[in-house]
Amino acid sequence: MAVISYREALRAAMREELKRDENVVIMGEEVAQFNGAYKVTEGLLKEFGPKRVVDTPISEAGFIGLGIGASMLGIRPVMELMFWSFSYVAFDQVVNNAGNIRYMSGGLINCPIVIRGPANGGTNVGATHSHTPEAILASHPGIKVVCPATPYDAKGLMKAAIRDNDPVYVMENTILYNDKGEVPDEDYIVPIGVADIKREGTDLTIVAHGRAVITSLKAAEILEKEHGVSVEVVDLRSIRPLDEETILASVRKTHRALLVEENKPFCGVDAQIAYLIQARAFDELDAPIGRVSSIDAPQIYSKKLEDLQLPYPARVVEAALKILA
Amino acid sequence: MAEIIDMPKLSDTMSVGTVVKWNIKEGQTVAFGDILAEIETDKATMELSCTVPGAILKIYADAGSQLPVGEPICAIGKKGEAAPEPKKAAPPKASAPAIPESTGIPCIPEAPASSSTPVAAQSDGSRTKVSPYAKRMAEKAALNVAALSGTGPGGRVVGRDVNAAANAPVAAAPAGPINVAVAPPADGKGVQPDSDAPVSGMRATIARRLVESKNTVPHFYLEVEVDAAPLLALRETLNKRLAESSAEAGLKLSVNDFILKASAEALRRVPAVNASWAGTSIRQHSAVHLAFGVALEDGLVTPVIRDAHSKSLRDIAVDAKGLIAKARSKKLSPAEMSGSTFTVTNLGMYGVTGFYGIINTPNAAILSVGATIKKPVVDANDRVVIGQRMAIGLSGDHRVVDGANGAQFLQALKQILEEPTLILI
Repeated sequence: MAVISYREALRAAMREELKRDENVVIMGEEVAQFNGAYKVTEGLLKEFGPKRVVDTPISEAGFIGLGIGASMLGIRPVMELMFWSFSYVAFDQVVNNAGNIRYMSGGLINCPIVIRGPANGGTNVGATHSHTPEAILASHPGIKVVCPATPYDAKGLMKAAIRDNDPVYVMENTILYNDKGEVPDEDYIVPIGVADIKREGTDLTIVAHGRAVITSLKAAEILEKEHGVSVEVVDLRSIRPLDEETILASVRKTHRALLVEENKPFCGVDAQIAYLIQARAFDELDAPIGRVSSIDAPQIYSKKLEDLQLPYPARVVEAALKILA
Repeated sequence: MAEIIDMPKLSDTMSVGTVVKWNIKEGQTVAFGDILAEIETDKATMELSCTVPGAILKIYADAGSQLPVGEPICAIGKKGEAAPEPKKAAPPKASAPAIPESTGIPCIPEAPASSSTPVAAQSDGSRTKVSPYAKRMAEKAALNVAALSGTGPGGRVVGRDVNAAANAPVAAAPAGPINVAVAPPADGKGVQPDSDAPVSGMRATIARRLVESKNTVPHFYLEVEVDAAPLLALRETLNKRLAESSAEAGLKLSVNDFILKASAEALRRVPAVNASWAGTSIRQHSAVHLAFGVALEDGLVTPVIRDAHSKSLRDIAVDAKGLIAKARSKKLSPAEMSGSTFTVTNLGMYGVTGFYGIINTPNAAILSVGATIKKPVVDANDRVVIGQRMAIGLSGDHRVVDGANGAQFLQALKQILEEPTLILI
């Protein structure tokens, strides 16, 4: 199995799907001639030409609308947002049109659009470029949201997203783009709505998604080595649909849950998961559910402070020990 | 529309109740406030009053029958209306309050009922913190979480505590009834016929609580002999004066009243004994709430004199008398039997010379008072004289109290009892 980066895994997914299905197209700001703002689409213009890989004007509302219209007629556009933060200027398209057309057409019109791009803080790009809108978007029925944490999942989820007949929003992370991991050469998908146990354990369940999974795995390592605690890490991979059963099965095994995410805490993904656990596994809980999320403030510009704003292993360890007391 | 009245949950720990007596008959009309029945819980016999006026359509549970909380006991509706078929109640859930499903007002118990929180309350009135998982495990293992020492944050009982208790060899309950069969008397005439009496709610509570105490509390025992002559003399003088006083008609001080008062005073001097084991902490109690044992025909109850530390001998005597009367008529409310910080038991009236009680958890100690007996003693001048001696035993929870604290307490108690005029001020 080849060891490639998260960025290369995403690119491989798009490349393979461009080859597999002539209806797949790539669109977005600088995706073609500039090879992508973060070089995810590097080389695709050269390989597939300007009809399949299209640079768009700097107008998110306009080009996302273009992609939605195309998808309603059978094209499978993969739209890049330079940052998911910019989806906010295209909110009507992203939520209202893409999310509701199948329902409002009585099932006659599908919208197989993929919107992808980085959705993360931690890179010192300021409050307006660091949003993590997975909770906001996942709160709308009709929309699917995935957050890969590893190269394997990035490729598998991207391919699943492109083949899905509903709008699927892929939230990537610029900090993970250079992370390397084993990725099969042969065709595979990671089904949307299936969580993954990234580490098995018996004493505590950590539920995380995106980069918080990596942070949690580091914390689990420390907890095991320094505190003799066996931690299970559940990677949601998909925010909506949510794999409730995998979360609940793990909590039923360990009886303690810590939820880690890079979102701000208020109405975050983990607020929903905490509700789920107490509603369906109340009698399994041996301790209150814990949460570690970003500090509840606009994303801090100071790099040093921003590093503390996001969850980091020591904070996860501290929260875990509190639950394990 | 007829309403089914269910067995109410009248105490935190009540899971079954016994209909002691019905005050009404089928067909009878009942009004708001009428006493429908007397219900025996694990702690007391309580009156069930009614706030659903109408006619008694049907009595489902005969007097004497014991049934789980939530099971139908009677139905009230319009005269002549057909009695509803009671639904077989689901297995009783501790969390399900017994409130009939209707727009009507449910029957409420006459005695102040505590909230229907599914978690057992400590007898000092504080809530036992227990995780949902531990609670479920304890239910499965038939363990009372209130008796476990919680090792979680703030003394919360967590899964590992239940595991430890369930795996403790002493706690392993035999499955099914215990075989107690023995051969009948060879001559055919025994002291009584062989019979099996069902365990009453009170007896079951006594059994459960004392097994828990003896199994979980490391008891240690101290004894001291007290010169009771000054106490008996003072009592005689006081009772004589009280008998002559019209204002205090009927008030007579018992030896036990003096011991209760002296215990409260000794606890004030040695407050380390007025404490409870709380798992990760030891709670020192500011008030002395004094429980004392009252023997009943079919068991034993321990009513509580509140704030005994600030009560006079007279007030303690009056309180004790009232509580004893209530205990004998089984009218003590759960509140009157909970929240103690120390317990006094007395078997002196039976001539028992000395004994050691089992600690009434979560108290840290129990005082056991024996009879006052005449015996030769060596006095201060090394002469053998006739003494009035009373043996007093103390069982202490060694997690909370050490031998030295316990001894200091007994020393204080001895001094107070031997110079009893001190307790009059």
